[in-house]
Amino acid sequence: MRVKSKKVDLAEGDLTPMIDMAFQLIAFFMVLINFAQTESNDRVKLPSSQLVKPPEAPLEFPIILHVAQDGEVFLGGDSYTAETLRVGLNSEIAVIKAEGKSVKDANVVIRAHKDTAAGDVQEVIRVAQEVNLENFALRVKEDRS
Amino acid sequence: MKIRNRGEAQETQLNMTSMIDIVFLLLIFFVMTFKIVELEGDFSVRMPLAGNDSVAMDSTELPLKLRMRADELGRLTSISLNEMELGQDFDQLRGNVISLIGTTTPIEGDDGPEIEIDTDYNLRYEYVIRAITAVSGYKDGNEVVKLIEKIKFAKPRR
Repeated sequence: MRVKSKKVDLAEGDLTPMIDMAFQLIAFFMVLINFAQTESNDRVKLPSSQLVKPPEAPLEFPIILHVAQDGEVFLGGDSYTAETLRVGLNSEIAVIKAEGKSVKDANVVIRAHKDTAAGDVQEVIRVAQEVNLENFALRVKEDRS
Repeated sequence: MKIRNRGEAQETQLNMTSMIDIVFLLLIFFVMTFKIVELEGDFSVRMPLAGNDSVAMDSTELPLKLRMRADELGRLTSISLNEMELGQDFDQLRGNVISLIGTTTPIEGDDGPEIEIDTDYNLRYEYVIRAITAVSGYKDGNEVVKLIEKIKFAKPRR
């Protein structure tokens, strides 16, 4: 009987290396996780350019517009067309004005899909210009090849 | 002696099961939420409404005009810079920009040359970005040499 119980002890493998590895993996993914990914949109695949560098400082008062391939515009989770976008922009501007800043301080970040018609992007810019926004940033993916 | 030793050793053994459960839950959570971050950057474009622009148009320097034409599928068919046909070659466009602005040293502030991009409505945005890349600078090793920083769009064509 005593011998038998010893066998049970042996059957319990040493878990230490596995737990070490599991913790290492957790640490790895925790460090790399980026909760600030709210900027991206699944329907937008950015064009790429070799010249852009990630900005050193974040833009002031960014208004992020996602332009999908069919010209649909997303602003803060709501979907607009170029014609109705003005409503959404006005509410963003109201927020900026409530903070005591002028419309000219805002930066419109345009994240357009690479196969969107250029005219759709121009229409979005035109609508933004009509509500007196004048700083635009065309967001592109960094191409390091 | 032997019996006492055995008893103590068994008591110090922890039950690992619950910890491993939680560790794996955490691991699965992080793996599922993991997303490779692509580095992104911006081309800054300052474009006030055209109405205010005409007042400031007294400068002798007219903007360079870049015309981009597309076929019905949105593919680029030709580029022309100030009525000069350049085919579809973005390198040639960059070379022409360098010779037109006459210098490769960047001009700081608002005095730099300006370019106006006039594209067909259905041209794919990707080509516009490639044109902006070509006119706004080039890479010399790891350094970026800037050419034109003031970019604006013409009225959209319908």
